[in-house]
Amino acid sequence: MSAVMPELLTSTHVEKMKKKKPPKRYWEETENTDQSQRRPEEEEGKAGQNQNESTVKERPLKRKNDERLEKKDPFPGEAPIPHKQLQKFQRGEKCKVPAGARRRLKEAITSSEAMSEHAQKQAARYDLLLPEDAGFLEGDEDEDTNTISQDDIADAVDITSGSKYFSLHLSQFGPYRLDYSRTGRHLLVGGKKGHVACIDWQTKDLMCEMNVMETVNDVKWLHTEAMFAVAQKRWLYIYDSKGVELHCVKKFNDVLRMQFLPYHFLLATASATGFLQYLDVSVGKEVAAICTKMGRLDVMAQNPHNAVIHLGHPNGTISLWSPNQKEPLVKMLCHRGAVRSLTVDKTGTYMVTSGLDRKLKVYDIRAFKPLHSCFLPAGASCLSLSQRGLLSAATGDIVQVYQNILGSSPVSKPYMAHRLRGQIWGLAYCPFEDVLGIGHGEGFTSMIVPGAGEPNFDALDTNPFRSYEQRQEWEVKALLEKVQPELIGLHPEQLSKVDQASFEQRHKEQVEALGFDPLAKVKFKPKTKKKGRSSAGAIEKRKRKVAHEDQRDEIRQSVQERTEREKELKEKSNEKKLGNKSTLDRFRK
Amino acid sequence: HQSAYESDNIKVLCRNPDDYVRETTRDIQRVPRNYDPTLHPFEVPREYTRALNATKLERVFAKPFVASLDGHRDGISCITKHAKSLSTVISGACDGEVKLWNLPRQECLRTVQAHEGFVRGICSRFCGTSFFTVGDDKTIKQWNLEAPGYGVREEPINTILGKAVFTGIDHHQRESTFVTCGQTVDIWDEQRSSPIRSFSWGVDSFSCVRYNPVETELLASCASDRSIVLYDTRESAPLRKVIMQLRSNTLCWNPMEAYYFTCANEDYNLYTYDIRHLDVPVTVHMDHVSAVLDVDYSPTGREFVSASFDKTIRIFPKDKGHSREVYHTKRMQHVICVRWSADNKYVLSGSDEMNIRLWKANASEKLGLLSTREKAAAHYNKKLIEKFQHHPQVRRIARHRHLPGDILKQKREQREMKEARRRREQNVRKHSKPGSVPLLTEKEKHVAAVVE
Repeated sequence: MSAVMPELLTSTHVEKMKKKKPPKRYWEETENTDQSQRRPEEEEGKAGQNQNESTVKERPLKRKNDERLEKKDPFPGEAPIPHKQLQKFQRGEKCKVPAGARRRLKEAITSSEAMSEHAQKQAARYDLLLPEDAGFLEGDEDEDTNTISQDDIADAVDITSGSKYFSLHLSQFGPYRLDYSRTGRHLLVGGKKGHVACIDWQTKDLMCEMNVMETVNDVKWLHTEAMFAVAQKRWLYIYDSKGVELHCVKKFNDVLRMQFLPYHFLLATASATGFLQYLDVSVGKEVAAICTKMGRLDVMAQNPHNAVIHLGHPNGTISLWSPNQKEPLVKMLCHRGAVRSLTVDKTGTYMVTSGLDRKLKVYDIRAFKPLHSCFLPAGASCLSLSQRGLLSAATGDIVQVYQNILGSSPVSKPYMAHRLRGQIWGLAYCPFEDVLGIGHGEGFTSMIVPGAGEPNFDALDTNPFRSYEQRQEWEVKALLEKVQPELIGLHPEQLSKVDQASFEQRHKEQVEALGFDPLAKVKFKPKTKKKGRSSAGAIEKRKRKVAHEDQRDEIRQSVQERTEREKELKEKSNEKKLGNKSTLDRFRK
Repeated sequence: HQSAYESDNIKVLCRNPDDYVRETTRDIQRVPRNYDPTLHPFEVPREYTRALNATKLERVFAKPFVASLDGHRDGISCITKHAKSLSTVISGACDGEVKLWNLPRQECLRTVQAHEGFVRGICSRFCGTSFFTVGDDKTIKQWNLEAPGYGVREEPINTILGKAVFTGIDHHQRESTFVTCGQTVDIWDEQRSSPIRSFSWGVDSFSCVRYNPVETELLASCASDRSIVLYDTRESAPLRKVIMQLRSNTLCWNPMEAYYFTCANEDYNLYTYDIRHLDVPVTVHMDHVSAVLDVDYSPTGREFVSASFDKTIRIFPKDKGHSREVYHTKRMQHVICVRWSADNKYVLSGSDEMNIRLWKANASEKLGLLSTREKAAAHYNKKLIEKFQHHPQVRRIARHRHLPGDILKQKREQREMKEARRRREQNVRKHSKPGSVPLLTEKEKHVAAVVE
């Protein structure tokens, strides 16, 4: 550390100022004064010599002297913000004033740009005030971090952190699936053979425990820790945190996997019959039921950036779904065998998939392009990405954690590894904690993965320490700004962009919405006239007067143009004729 | 087995609850923030949802009617604001009665039987000590704003007997002169009983005259020969006039940009003119379905309110062709006069059925003192609505106004008539010599001539 310090100091923006002496006091001797302080006095003396009686001029000089003694700001101007930090808070591209813009538009654009820049700077400055730093694990020289055992880590860290490595031995009803609540305080585990329990895992308080006496396929927390959904053998059930059954949703049958979209209050379920269904948990209505026609759906993930559901299929494809469309938004072939597991990172940039071909692939899902792939000898059955981009993969009975996998660099050695007993069935990182939860055949294991969790939470969004009242208030606010399912699409930020649909497109939409074409030409209807003038023949005559009016106009115009052109040509040819005079022309009659 | 890892090589997130939970229940909750955009997904859709909610709430809370001041025994013919006091207004009725009102207490302070026949105009003196009324009995009366003592009869300070009926009056901003209109536009000194100057320009009568609030020697008046005449009181003859297709009833100067004035016309429209270019109005404000009877600007000069024979009042932004707000009630009949209060918060309307109504200028605004958080929330909502105003859902909700069936029917009818007129004009153009029937914009259609 000491080697780094001086370099840091020199690289700061503050120039090294000369150390200032305190102003001279009356008891100090004149010899002790600093060189810089004495100089004006000398000048004063010189001035006095030049102009013998200069008592009047002494005053301004003295004041000058005082000014020098005033404190100077050692940090002038605004404190600079690192470019990287600013970049983090950049939203979209900056809007430029188009050439030839009117004054009002110009002013509007410049003022809004200034405002957004100010907001960006403020947010970037706030980064300094964040209280926590992320965790890390470093090995000694020539030592791999993946050889460090969990026991060693638990011993090395403080007691509270150490207690986050624990196992629950539940060998009777396994294997287990698990889910952490959004705040990371509560854990829900569901055993295949019907055992469901929810635990405040940090205090190890058991909130409820029960056996639903049916196969449990998946468990999921809803928007708060007061409710959770359990996909049982036939129907979907919703329980409260005390284990009381609230609903049995019979519209949702044979559910295998579930995802909860917290900002839309939607529970997306994938069933054995190939149906993808969305349940709005705030009003209890089925929003959409999509028959995917892809067979059994047991691989599912959500994109936290745009709430699109990713489904993996036995033929190696992955399809992306929104509730607004009966066809997949995107269908991509990712593996040669069936897809076993997939996960998407929180920025919605990367997707990691694993298949029966024992490959692990990383995709850029903005461009739908593979970035890199690697071969895992045992294949990965479960995948999970942490908030800070650590990937955990369950290969057989070993959980491997990879670092720096999101990006263009190829996969290297795992960052951590941990062996468990029994088949791994569920894998999830705890939000805002350095903890990876593993559900397996022998129960549940909580494993410490330093550097996995986001160190600083936003208390208005997810607060692990929130009180009961705060939770209630948050729930009301969240319900008020529930995003409608119609807004789910690949690009959620498109809503703030200018709609640049062409006139034809907009007109088409208008026709569809109205049911008729407002710009259509009204067919000419002749008025009925009296005294026998409305005979069929007369009407027909009147109709013919206005018939093909547009065409007639066009024809008239084109005829006019043609005649003009011909006239011009004629004149030209005349000129030519006049120009090519031969000497014998004068004999012509 | 040895544990070989020092704490230098490893760090695990561990939060001390004391840093995140308040110390006592009397403390406020700790709310650490992190503005990282990746922790706040769906920024735009959530903001849009908020904007939609704000728009809906704005419509839900749009309850503009505040109070009705009743007490007059005939239709209200004119209202004026007190020059100094926000809470006082003076109104005159068709039976010659003038009433002074206290707005916060919603009660009548004083009643004066000022004239025989209509009270045609009232104006308050700039110092706020007295006010002038003109009536059908050909008199101008000056009244004290202070009520007379107990047992003392209501007597005008001064009475001037004119030769003809006066139809309007306005007082100078700083000097003791005032102007009346009737058969001529007369400028009076308060000390004299005959006008200092009289203007006329071959017209038989004027309906309204107004001093310019900034260029105080400038006058504008509406004449019954469809013209609007401008005068300079320092000159002996009128400056210029613009003749329109139909008669203007009243006009009002923009108090902030005083080279603009807006006139309320018989052809259901309002026209904003720039006095420097009178040949074409700056904006034509269309929405009323019957003659517009009165108009008044807000003190900020950004909006004005108009009263119409179609039993509604409308609020127009000064540079927009259509109104942003329409107020009506079942019982309100033809609205004769309208005023915008000097604090920019209220609108007063006087109508045929003897009531003065007090409306909020901003229909969904909360009245009374607001806490800082309420203010912040109101600002935020306003900004959100502004940001998403062009989204179809937001626009549809924000624009929707309930209208009485009659007005809706008339609106539809007039649209049809307009379309028919347009079609006919097109046909005429088609069958006449090219260029002989020029294409006129809506602004150009309504001005007949400008006379210097």
